[in-house]
Amino acid sequence: MEATGNALDVNGVWKYFGDFPALNNVSFHVAPGSVVALLGRNGAGKTTLLRILAGLSQPSQGTVKVHGAEARKEVTRRRIGVLGHSISIYDELSAHENLLMFGRLYGIKQPAKRADEMLEKVGLGRVRDGLAREFSRGMRQRLAVARAFLHDPELLLLDEPFTSLDDKAIAVLQSMLAEMRQRGRTIVMSTHQLREAMELSTHIAFLQRGQIAYAGERQQEMLDDAGWLYRTYGDI
Amino acid sequence: MLQTYLSQVWTIFSKDLRAELRTKEALNASLAFSVVILLLLSFAFEASEQSTSISGGLLWLAYSFAGALALNRSFARELQNDCLDALIASPAPSSALFLGKALANYALLLVVELIALGVFIIFYDAHLSGNFLPLFGVMLLATWAMVVIGTLFSALTVNLHMRELMLPVLVYPLLIPALMAAMLLTSTLLSGEAITGDNWIWVRVLVAFDIVFTALGVVFIDTVLVG
Repeated sequence: MEATGNALDVNGVWKYFGDFPALNNVSFHVAPGSVVALLGRNGAGKTTLLRILAGLSQPSQGTVKVHGAEARKEVTRRRIGVLGHSISIYDELSAHENLLMFGRLYGIKQPAKRADEMLEKVGLGRVRDGLAREFSRGMRQRLAVARAFLHDPELLLLDEPFTSLDDKAIAVLQSMLAEMRQRGRTIVMSTHQLREAMELSTHIAFLQRGQIAYAGERQQEMLDDAGWLYRTYGDI
Repeated sequence: MLQTYLSQVWTIFSKDLRAELRTKEALNASLAFSVVILLLLSFAFEASEQSTSISGGLLWLAYSFAGALALNRSFARELQNDCLDALIASPAPSSALFLGKALANYALLLVVELIALGVFIIFYDAHLSGNFLPLFGVMLLATWAMVVIGTLFSALTVNLHMRELMLPVLVYPLLIPALMAAMLLTSTLLSGEAITGDNWIWVRVLVAFDIVFTALGVVFIDTVLVG
């Protein structure tokens, strides 16, 4: 595939679970610096698609390229940050040990220093040596946010990022996302929170029963009326 | 390149051991299980010349049961908080995850086996008579065989509902050649004999088994984890 200059190229992606096509010929392209809201009802295929983009699952057909390279390549994974439904944090390790471990896996220079910086950033600097299992739910969520941003990813994939976060964790995530946007990073996030999605995003990808019903720039109608997208494109 | 790879293997190895030493879930379960099995078998087979001839079988029976318990935890511990996804999404190659985990399991099982060997010597009045080092060599080879297959299948069964049942069902049949070799060599060594020309074939079986299954694990682990 020729270099497109896109941050993300999704071409003809199908994903079958048995005979059921969870994704049906999904194609879209994301320019660097875009913030894409991946929308759709439950079971539309958002999480399946995000898992394929993150290299956590292989498409049955089709290709996914991140900055021109395959998603499962090591060099690509170094450029991607993932924050999924779950926190992906080890309860038996301290906050610092968790980040240090991931920092080493990502090959970050001076991982201990970077771990300390991130802990300060999410407000966990004072409890850096506390075990994650002893943290409150909100603290664990902030630690998960620190993990996802630890290696300063060029492409950030977020699956329902605001669901079940407490107020402080939402504030931390929003401020880190704003910083990412300012620095021209690309963000793809699935969400059910339409109002927030419309405000944050520059582009929309709307999935309906595994197919792309709309992929393009966010339009003024979507900002004015969050339900407009579903009413206009929701019947394929 | 190699340094980065080894660093990633070491990171997973040290993470797994640190987590295990803090919870001691697998360590306590496998140690207690192996000691109980050896105790029960000591009632069934009293120490005698005859029991010496089957001692290798008894010892490796305990080791393999204890091993299944520890290996079951290997990838299952990654399910908590979906940590496995974060590991797969990281740039560390799947083979580095596999080798790091296998080495952590290896260290854990060797500790359990050495303690169980001490218990075995007491219960069965066994005398190593200078054969400890060759026996330890057999333990190193056969335990790696157990660990490398167990870790691979632990990854394969991690998302199955009945993984605790499936792992031994899948692993034990594959382990038969390695366990057979380990049992015969251990019985020979525990009866005070040295490994001679006839028995070297079993050492070669263990070495070949280790090489083949390590290579298979390294090659196929990415397919097992990602599909």
